[in-house]
Amino acid sequence: MAGKQETAVKIKEEKEYSTLNLGPTHPATHGIFQNVLKMDGEIIVDSESTIGYIHRAFEKIAEHRPYYQLTPLTDRMNYCSAPINNMGLFMTIEKLLGVTLPKRVEYLRVIVMELSRISDHIICNSVIGVDSGALTGFVYLFQHRELVYEIFEEICGSRLTTNMGRVGGFERNFSPVAWAKLDKFMKEFPGALKEFENLLVRNRIFMDRTVGTGAISAERALNNSFTGPNLRAAGVDYDVRVMTPYSSYEDFEFDIPLGTGGDTYDRFMVRNEEMWQSLRIIRQALEKLKELPGDVYHADVPDFYLPPKQEVYNNMEALIYHFKVVMGEVSVPVGEVYNCVEGANGELGFYLVSDGGRTPYRLHFRRPCFIYYQAFAEMVRGSMLSDAILTLSSLNVIAGELDA
Amino acid sequence: MKEAKDISALADKLQARFGSDLVSMDAGGGIPVAVVSKDRIFDVISFLYREEDLAFRFLTTLCGVHYPLHEKDRTYSVVYHLHSLTSNTRLRVKIFFSEDKPEVPSLTPLFSAANWMEREAYDFYGIIFKGHPDLRRILNMDDMKGFPMRKEFPLEDPTREDKDDSMFGR
Repeated sequence: MAGKQETAVKIKEEKEYSTLNLGPTHPATHGIFQNVLKMDGEIIVDSESTIGYIHRAFEKIAEHRPYYQLTPLTDRMNYCSAPINNMGLFMTIEKLLGVTLPKRVEYLRVIVMELSRISDHIICNSVIGVDSGALTGFVYLFQHRELVYEIFEEICGSRLTTNMGRVGGFERNFSPVAWAKLDKFMKEFPGALKEFENLLVRNRIFMDRTVGTGAISAERALNNSFTGPNLRAAGVDYDVRVMTPYSSYEDFEFDIPLGTGGDTYDRFMVRNEEMWQSLRIIRQALEKLKELPGDVYHADVPDFYLPPKQEVYNNMEALIYHFKVVMGEVSVPVGEVYNCVEGANGELGFYLVSDGGRTPYRLHFRRPCFIYYQAFAEMVRGSMLSDAILTLSSLNVIAGELDA
Repeated sequence: MKEAKDISALADKLQARFGSDLVSMDAGGGIPVAVVSKDRIFDVISFLYREEDLAFRFLTTLCGVHYPLHEKDRTYSVVYHLHSLTSNTRLRVKIFFSEDKPEVPSLTPLFSAANWMEREAYDFYGIIFKGHPDLRRILNMDDMKGFPMRKEFPLEDPTREDKDDSMFGR
């Protein structure tokens, strides 16, 4: 599969090619991005991507908002796994502030992040199924994504754009209902995932459609700065959780699934196995949490936690303090940090430059989608249009993350 | 203390190869930071890429930064984050330059990934990457005027009168 790129069609001057607009709004692209395809019959000769349809200037807005108001921006990047983005931003600010978190908070974060990784991979993998004609798995697994969203709803009050947690931990402890829902998910999901696997993994039609299509070699993937499942499908064992552990990932035992050919099937399989590994991590985290006191849910960062209401109403200092926190007048050291987490799509990085003011001086998001989507043209050159659709969905390009 | 030793070894290597073009090198906040002169950025990064024992062959990200309050010849900056996957070390390389001549050598011959990253930096800061195959705006519309991430560019439409944010310190 590695030599796939060489099969790309030569553009002949005298020949007339047809142009096909795939997108900006097309049911098969699952998001708003346009690809202008140059077609020779059903073979793609060249592709040009236009992006930016939902650009919302998050980096600019971030320069004008106090730190605690940045989280909603990150929600809207990869909205399929918003908590990972939230936690990534918090860890960046914590790194700047020099805050260390209690173990329990870190494990809670790990649970939330792995749950969102699962929900993200559910979407990606079941959509690969849909695009190859198998709608069943999609409707079936979406019930379980709903369970994940119910857990999020119980933890933070919202489902999709979660705005979950605070700098230093969570805004409140997990409720007994949240734990019960998590248990329900952990019991029911493995069976459903197994059935989903049975539907697709050795399915003749599915394999014919995905094996060998949209392949990229490890070398080209690295040169295009691929990260996450797409890079691992090409056979490079780079995972931020292992290479630069954060949030106590070093305490957990899990495998990093690898592909060999970097094709659509490998990407599907890597994501599929990652869901099993995420379940394994959550199970370990639940075990570890049993040994820790159950009432710790945030670190001691008074700049980001409002004083108790009782005190605010009766005590002048607490009232002043309350307003200071709300207005974002917190002291943040001068400096710059780069922090990255393993997002569902790859290395999600935050480069934060602080001049000590109430807002970041510069906040740059390293969005994995934005970086790897530019290789799409290279990956579909010479392939069929129908394979390009599958390649696109298996890359898991999320429009929000692409355009920030 | 392994890291501190690594940094001085790396600094010596860059110093020996590039002399005064390596402006400074320090440990930074977790990731070593090298400041190099603008015109040599491509040479420095391709040196880091090609040296077998350094092998910084992964371009994590690059972005522009605007410092309007800096001295006149240092108002713009491009920050590169490199990663050596073999030794798992990260490196931040910075260049500073003036507003009058925002031209920087492009990294596209080395990294395909630099293509869109540089287009993004051009789109938001107006930094011209020399040697880039297709330097166009990427996220903003083509006929946009100005470069929106520059500090003097207002966040909201300045002609709007229905909103007064001044009391919120914005």
